[in-house]
Amino acid sequence: MGDLFLPDKPGGVLQRIVTAFGRIIISLIIPVIAFVVLWLGFIFLRGSNASQIVVTLVAIVWGVGGVAALYIVTNYILQTLPIKWRKRFVPFLFVGPAIIILSYYLLIPTVRSFYMSFMGKFSDDFVGLANYKYIFTDRTMRIAFVNNLVWMVLGTSLSLIFGMIFALLSERSKIEKLAKSLIFLPMAISFVGAGVIWKFIYAFRPAGQAQIGLLNAIVAALGGDPVNWIVLRPWNTIFLIIILVWLQSGYAMVILSSAIKGVPVTLLEAARIDGAGEFRIIFQIIIPYIKGAIITVGTTILILTLKIFDIVFAMTNGLFGTEVLASQQYKQMFKFLHYGRGSAIAIVILIAVIPVMWYNLKQFGNREVF
Amino acid sequence: MNMEKPKSGIIVNVVLILLVIIWTVPTFGILVTSFRLRDNVSKTGWWQSLSDESGYTMENYKQVLGGRTFTYKDSSGRTARAKGDDMLGAFLNSLTVTIPAVVIPILIAAFAAYGFAWLNFPGRKTLFVLIVALLVVPLQIALIPVLRDYQALKLNGTYLGIWLAHTGFGLPLAIYLLFNYISTIPRSIMESAFIDGASHFTTFTRLILPLSVPALASFAIFQFLWVWNDMLVALVFLSGAGAKMQVVTVRMLNMIGSRGQDWHLLTAGAFISMVLPLTVFLLLQRYFVRGLMAGSVKE
Repeated sequence: MGDLFLPDKPGGVLQRIVTAFGRIIISLIIPVIAFVVLWLGFIFLRGSNASQIVVTLVAIVWGVGGVAALYIVTNYILQTLPIKWRKRFVPFLFVGPAIIILSYYLLIPTVRSFYMSFMGKFSDDFVGLANYKYIFTDRTMRIAFVNNLVWMVLGTSLSLIFGMIFALLSERSKIEKLAKSLIFLPMAISFVGAGVIWKFIYAFRPAGQAQIGLLNAIVAALGGDPVNWIVLRPWNTIFLIIILVWLQSGYAMVILSSAIKGVPVTLLEAARIDGAGEFRIIFQIIIPYIKGAIITVGTTILILTLKIFDIVFAMTNGLFGTEVLASQQYKQMFKFLHYGRGSAIAIVILIAVIPVMWYNLKQFGNREVF
Repeated sequence: MNMEKPKSGIIVNVVLILLVIIWTVPTFGILVTSFRLRDNVSKTGWWQSLSDESGYTMENYKQVLGGRTFTYKDSSGRTARAKGDDMLGAFLNSLTVTIPAVVIPILIAAFAAYGFAWLNFPGRKTLFVLIVALLVVPLQIALIPVLRDYQALKLNGTYLGIWLAHTGFGLPLAIYLLFNYISTIPRSIMESAFIDGASHFTTFTRLILPLSVPALASFAIFQFLWVWNDMLVALVFLSGAGAKMQVVTVRMLNMIGSRGQDWHLLTAGAFISMVLPLTVFLLLQRYFVRGLMAGSVKE
């Protein structure tokens, strides 16, 4: 290996190759070794019929300690290299693992899903646009598209409206802190947990029996007939959307509230002196001023509703005309085992996200990054 | 800011209190129901039990938490048997999935954020823009390709498989949040470390990581809530292992299916699945809000 000791000509071909090769190796070392070591650990763990609490503890120490140890070991190896090589490789100790993992879990899957969306059920024959034709013509898929659109429009706008109402009201109230905490709290609840909570609210017993669901109890108390909300087409999708609004309004409130606090006091005072009413101030000063925050909250919830899955899956399993894109994708994958159609739906979801992605990138373009 | 609050009229307070009550009642209802006797739950609404202090029990929690078989008298007086739901086991599974799935991405993202902020290497800017773009790629896109690899590698239904998947899905946000924080640490602090002869690795582990604790905490809460509350990723990548590796969300989903009308159990189960995220959330709300701001308010 005399080459390594030759004086370096900047940009020598051999050197470039060695550098590039070395960088890839450094990037790969941590994930690959981590993978092998952790895998061996679990085969060992699976074999031993240890009690669950032991498995939990060992797994946590193994997973967390293992990854940390690998960074340390790789760094130790790098320290043994000559300083010139070390300087070239060190950045890849830092960013390499992230790049490799992101490539495998997000970047490459995009390409693979795109490819698989043109293949048949088992991804072994080329079917052209057949999967796309299916998802745009099938009856259930059409319901899913319409529902998803309703989710996006109503889910996003209602969350924004309630978030805005909460932000404005609590701003003007003495119980601001408490009110905000209670409204924000559902953020910590899973969609499935929220599903149980609201299923109980919507619970239905035939007329004449005691209603244990709050909503039907109110209906009955007012003299009405109990309604089976969950199967009531087409309104049931809206009853599911209410769950999302309940979960997400707190998020909207927090972001909008902090934006509202940033509106200059002088601006508001000037408007008040000029005799503007509270509503005029809200619509003509506050809302235009915090437009940026509204758009950010809106796009975040929009993407969430585009990918909505858990609520539908837990509440109705997509029955009674409540199907959405993500639940259809899940069913194509696991129920019908049709990878082609499942991938095509994933690609449609991705394409729907692209305008938002473009918008976000534009935002980042305006930032001073480096 | 020394701003006087706008006049808080009675109407504002009344409307706000009303809305807060509406927002809180659903959760309160399941909390009350989870402590009620089996028979009472199906006979009267939970709000009716508030005036009557007897009729509460811990039995529902015992039955839901354990995995043993229970016997009880059903409504017609016959003895019936039911298997417990072993929520305790699901709880431990959720912990096993969540803790590494929070720590691993934090570690990898912190290294990467430091690399992007303070190290020079070819392709730095391009790679960073790429990572930011990945922020909005829906994880649905990865499910089928990754699942097929996992099946081939026998990684389907292993903790390692789901840790790495959550790591991959959480990394873009983690890198973005941590980069925003780490890149604003004053250059002079780092320079003094380098003058003392510290390597990048030492500077990072001894100086930058401790300084970044607020940002790390923000992301940790995000990722904790996301992984603990996730159902889709767990359904896809852990279903190969059967019931013994179900996390709380998947166990709840199954309980909805199998115990549709057993509200005393469903509510207890739901509350067990919520108790940890709610605690974390209430204790660390400050960090969470800070993370939300950094993640979404772009100035």
